[in-house]
Amino acid sequence: MLGKLTIEAVPYHEPIVMIVLAAVILGGAALFGFITVKKKWAYLWNEWFTSVDHKKIGMMYIIVALVMLIRGFSDAIMMRSQQMLASTGGHGYLPPDHYDQIFTAHGVIMIFFVAMPLVIGLINVVVPLQIGARDVAFPFLNSLSFWLFVVGALLVNISLGLGEFAKTGWLAYPPLSGANYSPGVGVDYWIWSLQISGVGTLLTGVNFIATILKMRAPGMSLMKMPVFTWTALCANVLIVAAFPILTATIAMLTLDRYLDFHFFTNDLGGNMMMYVNLIWAWGHPEVYILVLPVFGVFSEVISTFSKKKLFGYTSLVWATLVITVLSFIVWLHHFFTMGAGADVNAFFGIATMIISIPTGVKIFNWLFTMYRGRVEMTSPVLWTLGFIVTFTIGGMTGVLLAVPGANYVLHNSLFLIAHFHNVIIGGVVFGAMAGITYWFPKATGFMLCEKWGKRSFWFWITGFYLAFMPLYILGFMGMTRRLQHVDNPLWVPYLVVAFIGACLIMIGIACTVIQIAVSIKNRKQLQDTTGDIWGGRTLEWSTTSPAPFYNFAHEPQVSELDEFWEMKERGIEQEAKKPYAPIHMPRNAAAGVIISAFSLVFGFALIWHIWWMAVVGLVGMIATFIVRSFNYDIDYYVSVEEVERVEREGRERRALPSARTPNDTVVQG
Amino acid sequence: MANNAMTSHDGAHDAHDDHEHHDTNGLKVFGFWLYLLSDCILFAMLFAGYVVLSQAYAGGPTGAEIFELDFVLVETALLLASSFTYGLAMLGMNRGDSSAVIKWLMITFACGAGFIAMEIYEFHHLIVNGHGPDKSAFLSAFFTLVGTHGLHVTVGLIWMALLIFQVKQKGLTEMHRGRLMMLSLFWHFLDVIWICVFTVVYLTGVML
Amino acid sequence: MRKSLMRGALRGLPILAGLLMLSGCDAVLFDPKGPIGESEKSLILTATYLMLVVVIPVIFMTLWFAWRYRDTKQSKATYTPNWAHSTKIEIVVWGIPCLIILALGILTWKSTHELDPRAEIVDGGEPIEVQVVSMDWKWLFIYPEQGIATVNELAMPVDRQVRFHITSDTVMNSFFVPQLGSQIYAMAGMENRLHLIGNEVGTYDGISASYSGAGFADMHFKTHVMSEGDFDAWIEKARGSSKVLDDAGFAALQEPSEDVAPTFYGQVKPNLYEQIMAPYMDGMELGMSDDQMRHMKKGGMHHDSAEHGMSDHDASGHAESAMATEE
Repeated sequence: MLGKLTIEAVPYHEPIVMIVLAAVILGGAALFGFITVKKKWAYLWNEWFTSVDHKKIGMMYIIVALVMLIRGFSDAIMMRSQQMLASTGGHGYLPPDHYDQIFTAHGVIMIFFVAMPLVIGLINVVVPLQIGARDVAFPFLNSLSFWLFVVGALLVNISLGLGEFAKTGWLAYPPLSGANYSPGVGVDYWIWSLQISGVGTLLTGVNFIATILKMRAPGMSLMKMPVFTWTALCANVLIVAAFPILTATIAMLTLDRYLDFHFFTNDLGGNMMMYVNLIWAWGHPEVYILVLPVFGVFSEVISTFSKKKLFGYTSLVWATLVITVLSFIVWLHHFFTMGAGADVNAFFGIATMIISIPTGVKIFNWLFTMYRGRVEMTSPVLWTLGFIVTFTIGGMTGVLLAVPGANYVLHNSLFLIAHFHNVIIGGVVFGAMAGITYWFPKATGFMLCEKWGKRSFWFWITGFYLAFMPLYILGFMGMTRRLQHVDNPLWVPYLVVAFIGACLIMIGIACTVIQIAVSIKNRKQLQDTTGDIWGGRTLEWSTTSPAPFYNFAHEPQVSELDEFWEMKERGIEQEAKKPYAPIHMPRNAAAGVIISAFSLVFGFALIWHIWWMAVVGLVGMIATFIVRSFNYDIDYYVSVEEVERVEREGRERRALPSARTPNDTVVQG
Repeated sequence: MANNAMTSHDGAHDAHDDHEHHDTNGLKVFGFWLYLLSDCILFAMLFAGYVVLSQAYAGGPTGAEIFELDFVLVETALLLASSFTYGLAMLGMNRGDSSAVIKWLMITFACGAGFIAMEIYEFHHLIVNGHGPDKSAFLSAFFTLVGTHGLHVTVGLIWMALLIFQVKQKGLTEMHRGRLMMLSLFWHFLDVIWICVFTVVYLTGVML
Repeated sequence: MRKSLMRGALRGLPILAGLLMLSGCDAVLFDPKGPIGESEKSLILTATYLMLVVVIPVIFMTLWFAWRYRDTKQSKATYTPNWAHSTKIEIVVWGIPCLIILALGILTWKSTHELDPRAEIVDGGEPIEVQVVSMDWKWLFIYPEQGIATVNELAMPVDRQVRFHITSDTVMNSFFVPQLGSQIYAMAGMENRLHLIGNEVGTYDGISASYSGAGFADMHFKTHVMSEGDFDAWIEKARGSSKVLDDAGFAALQEPSEDVAPTFYGQVKPNLYEQIMAPYMDGMELGMSDDQMRHMKKGGMHHDSAEHGMSDHDASGHAESAMATEE
């Protein structure tokens, strides 16, 4: 009746987990209770959950990502503390059964449910505004993408309370992840959370390529697009090209596990090397999906706060395109030690090194943007400076790892761990923080408190160096990754320092949480009534903050790169005197939420082998989609009166005091 | 707010509407092409997997021993014919002739359903004779590649049935035209994939 | 003043990082005990120095530009808000990295071929054959020529290369003795070959470098590099053990166990290693083309084809590299 699901699935023997579950359930109940008492369900449903507005969807992505950051980081601090405590022969407080799930979940959560949504969230909020569009190409699909992602995150979290998570490492290599060696439900949670959210990501890729290529404001040729939009375009091309590989590979593993197929089994002809190739053919483009958009963030941030045109726009664009293409021919560098011949290893090693050339060019372009500019040390700029220094070091260790001979002794060591955290934290996390801070006023109408933002930065960067530089050394000292316990007194001081670093990062995260709370509390003093709080250069700054739900009352006409900056230079009045026309907008959609809810049922049922429930989930998804297809009333026109009202409110808002204006150099905080 | 918005609709903007709707279909078709590119890569991975595992017989049968080319030829003919009949449906759509569209879609559906029925028969036959996908990596790859194509065709059939019903109900509206165009792309795409399957799996399997 | 603190701290961090890294100089990877490890160490250092040519100026420029061009009322620095292009700079920033990567690329090509695990070590002497099987969760070492086997203990004569034939009886692992050099994956149904040599008598740690399940952390073993005389004695000691690694013995070993103390087997069933691999090779053995069969027969069961660089792994390596180049 309930497949493999029994009460035994609840880990009531494990106090740590039970306490966390209790906290989550109580906290969740409190939140639900609060919303119910304040009668906010209708508001949430109508204004947020069923919204197809890219700005709201983007914000929801980022909110969920920050929540998942807390879970992913809890895993991290548990790992650091366990390794520190279990470094002289003792076995610490996390038995392998636990520890192995934690390091797996840590990787899965950070990549799929923190980094991806942060980046996709920023792309959602910003790109349509930057190109002068009113929404994305397929607003309903956008909503569906978001909710499918939420289901993926939910499944990972449910695994904590029901059953277990995978104990295979974040990429679940077979045969360890096959039915033979992982007979439990852990790998199945991994499979379905990634497959379901992966569909959402693929749809996002299709959506944004169509949006960027087809919905730019008149006059905005490709070489007049803001750099962030360029990097978003390239990242989405990578999504469309790479995510099907993930889908196919996970599907093959699924068939092995569920139906006794032999793609990757040890017996009957399976080939685990094929899995490794396939998963990394996805995996390498994936990290560029994460890092290219943050390169775009830094470009926007440094140009705005240096009050200077971005240096080398053309070469930045070409560098991005080169990186995009090259990212597809380097995947083997993730397994030089699997035993390919020297020719193959050397080719992939050299290809990998070549990517560092356009990346380096970008770094120089940012540096020369600062050169002879007037650089204001806001927190986004601090994040950017921290990024340049940190990412450069990470890139160096990456090129080092790309030399197969070096890789043979560094593969899977803590040196590798340090390298990829170096580039992901220094790149993606710092970039997300910069981007969130930079575009927060545009999305919400008030800025984030700078004081707490800077505190967060200092704790993050100090914590990062303390946490990961020792890991580089430990790699040189022969320590490999994923060890539940070690026994080497020489390693202990480094593990202790790494733990302290993790604690500092934890304070950094706390600072961000406080920053958000304080900023919401003080939003009146922090309000942005100009729409152009930093003195921006691109079109999103030409709207109010927050932007009207339809973004632009009049379609912008573009003639230059940095069009908004040019508009300001020319002194063009932002209130157009032209008459307004009705604006075509999509209606809200419940189908995205409902299809995703059924996908949750589907995924959960498959994990626990509850076949009847899986059928219900599948039929529900299809039926909802079909029902939606009979709904022809999916869009409407915003009347001229409505547009006039919104625009008038925007003008009235501009008269109010603003926390800062484009000409300020002093930042409130 | 979006749900309560007034939907006043100036008559003067009707032409503007049509223009926008044309653009909408163009945008949808473009987006669908992008999706098809991703599906192409998905199939490419299944093909790659098949090629890698194509000799992993594990003591079981080879392709030559289990593929029946005559049977597959009929399947292929059905699918190719269905592409042709879909083309006729599209010609009907361009003429604005909804009854032609419905007729040709129904014939397309029948051909596609015949293809699926034959494929199910082939799979069933193999499995009851002990050549199921659990017997070797080669068979796993075969069933997955061919089966994934079959699943796509099945989804196409469901979509087709839906469109037949909707066109019957509301005629050849803008939205239906867009959907017919997308399904057309999908259907022909699956045809192309099948040609690759036929060549790489069945023909090559029998010859080698 | 606060800003100079910030600048100092930002500048200080990478220096701290550098110092920390230098302090790891007694790390095993920088204290190799054989030529493979030595080559790899010098590769790491050379590559690092080459890249510091770019990295140090970049970090310096970052901090310097941020400081010099920071926005203050008293700033006397030049301000050119619309200057955004310079061909000279473009040439330099594309050109110098290209040159460095060219140098690194040449170094990579050469070193990758020299350090090919399958290649015999030049002047390494007559290779000792050791068959390695990763199991749950221990390492089995079979010395086929000497007719003995051990679990979790490896011995090598000093200045004489060992040719390791590496496979797995379960999931993927990675055979790694950091102070001697390269690691390589152990995979069921496949054989990877690795040549290592120790030039200094001593005992070195060996591990698995690829997570393989609950007992992974205890998959470590000691590698003893000893004089020829001591090595022969060690072999004799192993021969003296009453334990026999026959089918029953091996079946017992297949039971999952963790933190296994070094064990010796005085007798080993002949061709046990091939027998261990066989069940995982169904797909490969049968139905192969003639070419593939020939490849396998040449490089597989016969050890003297090392010079041709062919191996069992080639058979599957064929498929794998065919795959790699296909994509």
